[in-house]
Amino acid sequence: MNGMINMTLNGLAVSVEKGMTILEAAKFYGFPIPTLCHMEGLSPYGACRLCVVEIGEAPRSKLVTSCTYPVEEGIIVRTASTRVLRARRMILELLLASCPQSKIIQDLAAAHDIRQQRFRQEHEDCILCGLCVRMCEEQMMAKAIGFRYRGEKRSIGTPFDLHSEECRLCGACMYVCPACQLRCTYTEPDKAICGGCANLSPPCVEKEPFDDMMCYMAPCVACEIKKD
Amino acid sequence: MNAGACGRLERTSVEAHVDEQEIRLIINRHYSNCDGLIAVLEEIQTSYGYLPESALRMVADITGRSMVDIYGVATFYRSFSLQPRGRHHICVCMGTACHVRGGPMVAEALERQLGIKAGETTVDGEFTLETVNCLGACALGPIVVADGVYHSKVDAAAAKKLVENLEAEQEQPESEPAAAVSSL
Amino acid sequence: MRLNSLEAFAELRADLFNGMEDAVRTLVIPAGTCGRASGAEEVIQAARKALLQDGIADSVRVRVTGCHGFCEMEPSILVLPDGVFYPRVKPEDVERIALAASRSEIVEELVWADADTSAPIPLQEDIPFFKKQRRAILSRSERVNPEDIESYIASGGYAALFKVLERDDPEWVIGEVKASGLRGRGGAGFPTGMKWEMLAKQPAGDGKYLVCNADEGDPGAYMDRSVLEGNPHIILEGMLIAACATGATEGIIYVRNEYPLAIKHLHLALEQARELGLLGHNILGTDYSFDIRVVRGAGAFVCGEETALIRSIEGSMGEPRQRPPFPIQRGIHGKPTSINNVETWANIPIILEQGAELFASVGAERNSGTKIFSLVGKIKNTGLVEVPMGMTIQEIVYDIGGGPSGDSNIKAVQTGGPSGGCIPASRFDLPIDYDSLARAGSIMGSGGMIVMDGRTCVVDVARYFMGFLKDESCGKCFTCRKGTQRMYELLDDISSGKGTVEHLDLLEKLALVVKDTTMCGLGQTSANPVLSTLRYFREEYLDHIENKRCPAGVCKPLIRYTINENCTGCRACAKNCPADAISGERKQRHVIDAEKCIKCGNCLAACKFNAVEVV
Repeated sequence: MNGMINMTLNGLAVSVEKGMTILEAAKFYGFPIPTLCHMEGLSPYGACRLCVVEIGEAPRSKLVTSCTYPVEEGIIVRTASTRVLRARRMILELLLASCPQSKIIQDLAAAHDIRQQRFRQEHEDCILCGLCVRMCEEQMMAKAIGFRYRGEKRSIGTPFDLHSEECRLCGACMYVCPACQLRCTYTEPDKAICGGCANLSPPCVEKEPFDDMMCYMAPCVACEIKKD
Repeated sequence: MNAGACGRLERTSVEAHVDEQEIRLIINRHYSNCDGLIAVLEEIQTSYGYLPESALRMVADITGRSMVDIYGVATFYRSFSLQPRGRHHICVCMGTACHVRGGPMVAEALERQLGIKAGETTVDGEFTLETVNCLGACALGPIVVADGVYHSKVDAAAAKKLVENLEAEQEQPESEPAAAVSSL
Repeated sequence: MRLNSLEAFAELRADLFNGMEDAVRTLVIPAGTCGRASGAEEVIQAARKALLQDGIADSVRVRVTGCHGFCEMEPSILVLPDGVFYPRVKPEDVERIALAASRSEIVEELVWADADTSAPIPLQEDIPFFKKQRRAILSRSERVNPEDIESYIASGGYAALFKVLERDDPEWVIGEVKASGLRGRGGAGFPTGMKWEMLAKQPAGDGKYLVCNADEGDPGAYMDRSVLEGNPHIILEGMLIAACATGATEGIIYVRNEYPLAIKHLHLALEQARELGLLGHNILGTDYSFDIRVVRGAGAFVCGEETALIRSIEGSMGEPRQRPPFPIQRGIHGKPTSINNVETWANIPIILEQGAELFASVGAERNSGTKIFSLVGKIKNTGLVEVPMGMTIQEIVYDIGGGPSGDSNIKAVQTGGPSGGCIPASRFDLPIDYDSLARAGSIMGSGGMIVMDGRTCVVDVARYFMGFLKDESCGKCFTCRKGTQRMYELLDDISSGKGTVEHLDLLEKLALVVKDTTMCGLGQTSANPVLSTLRYFREEYLDHIENKRCPAGVCKPLIRYTINENCTGCRACAKNCPADAISGERKQRHVIDAEKCIKCGNCLAACKFNAVEVV
């Protein structure tokens, strides 16, 4: 039988099931916490740091990722304190500075009222959230791709960048990828950040071995343009 | 899937021939219960000078660990090289003490002299130049380790001489530290 | 020759004590990695030769040890038991020293000479570098041959373990370590006794681990290396004592790959300890069983972090994981694990030997004992110094270190490696302890102390550390990976004159978010070098930004090499210029072409007339 844990969530005294993460508890009570590398059905990873919440009380409070932190008896959690919001905004700025063409990132940034990013603009295709890695290993039971190298050289791919025997070309990795997702579609210009939609060709589809991959992106303009 | 950062690795034309028996022996010596993978790779590198792709695939087959894991470990740690190394291995210390005493200038001088950047091997396969994050001989910086031999208080002129001496040598000197340090 | 009982050990020890003749003089020659790099091997050979050739082998012997700490003066010879110190010994001088030792004499011209008066100072303990030190650990390296366990036992080694085994009271051991006040010497300063107490309370289950963190990744710190090379048994003894106290069943020493001599000596020490019956099943005939193995690192700074270290031992990428659960509850393969630093382990036999009270009487409040620091950089007397905690930075830098090595004044001291910060000269009155340094914006860290003078640029130092950290970050946490990269970018821009005041503001804000949101210590402390230099040296940053000037003359894009009127036209610079940037007629003042100049510094090094200037 699962015990119950008493905790304080945004000032409310609540009871949640033991074994829940703070993210699950917050969701249960309807407090929104943005996430990027979290997906139900996959193990939590804590890479994107967007879901950080403040636990404890000053001066000993700290930020932890709610997707991985288990609820503890008596824990005090704030999901939108000043410190948390300051962190989220900076993280989103950094995300925009790296991967501006992702609609998910654009939407998140818009929702947090981010109007500028002050870093040197990069156009990366991957934010190393690891969703594809976990999807491939945990749901598709293939483990064809993984992380390699470290620091700024860290990347995801198949061993030796060669065609993998384990890869069944199922396309699940593309399905979960936040960077690969729908590009900005112009339909709601005031919610869009900028003309980041300049990049119309999703990078993974360009790689030869993946030509036959079944694509779940719909309706993705890029494929149509490429085939012409 | 990552696109840009890691394109096709440049493979040299000749990969070392890897002896499966030897790999099995190495694994038996070090590997148990998932522990010891790093020790296995270190020994393979000591034996072949680098980690050949075929050796890594053998390790995956024999131990049952996924290739993704093994490749991840092989690329994560700086000691390991997936490319064959030159006959002479020159390592410049980039620790703080060495940095403050002019270590980067020495590294640049060596880069100029050999015509390669740190981390690369000369086209003729003679020299590999690498940097390492602190060798722990800080009182004597800048330090350069050439084929396992430590050289202290090196400046650009001394570095030049060092390379010239190595070029003039006919054989690689044999010394115990060389065997241990070549896995750097 | 396995010892199967405590009595057998006591007998062996008595034999070895009797075998030691103090009347025999010993030429102690440090030959750690730096000693060897300076030529200690030739000196050792010369000494051995002299002993044979001059027939003095009965009254003089040679002992080869690890580092003693005065590294810049090696190869050196220490004559025991007198304590006479000969610095920078040349192979041709060795015979004189050996002969003098056999006659109880001193070679005055070869001993240390006072910097001001040139008067000879023969005794090591009188030399300024050594005078204020309190060498609880380092002095042991002088008395031990690291390749011989009997040498360790003869100098009093394993006596503490003997005491512990004899008393057979784990709680007493933990009580002693707690009472000593020993705090982790790896940097965090967690009370060791408390850690052990928690480990002892964990259920025995499938076993418990003890780990010696010998990864010593901080660039500029090498005190652990010197202990591992020079006195490996002290670590083994420390771990054995902990095993008795906590019920640990397996020990691992995780050594970084870049320390080949340390690895060699550790393997040798373990072999010899096992042979003697001090490791393995039923140690010295008691019910205690414990063994230790060496695991090598493979070049990853992040593996010095506890949870990353555990993953590395388990054969994976060194990615840290979230805590809780802490390693004490769930460590290697899910078993309770206590990870301690090399220096922490080295202190354990000392505490058990002399008693907790005596140990706690040294140092400062809540910071008991001694600490070894690696004093390097722009300082006269470079090396390892062991001082009581609480000594001021001023004393260490000037009294022991001898002040600046060049003609420029000391500006700051960087402590704690890449996780630490700079303490400016104006705050050198600070005592060195965990809490004071943290309050000043730095950390004690593993004990690295890099001295910086007027020719060291703080922006360059911050940039250097950030470059190191972005390379060493495991890359999992977005804020650490991108944060260190972007901080490096900003620092690079500032150091090349492309920075703006807005950049400074952004740098600070970014640093704070990285500190707040990253999961492990590497990311959390990555902001320290930036934040501490900004706190104390903001004007230097602003000089780079507003005036496009690097006052220390370091940041290449902001400096220029010129030749002044001292030039005699000897062409030494031009011959050494790899960019062909110097031109001029013979005997005429030469000129450096700023467009071609790559600022490599060769001309500055080559010029004997002080004619090359950096502006």
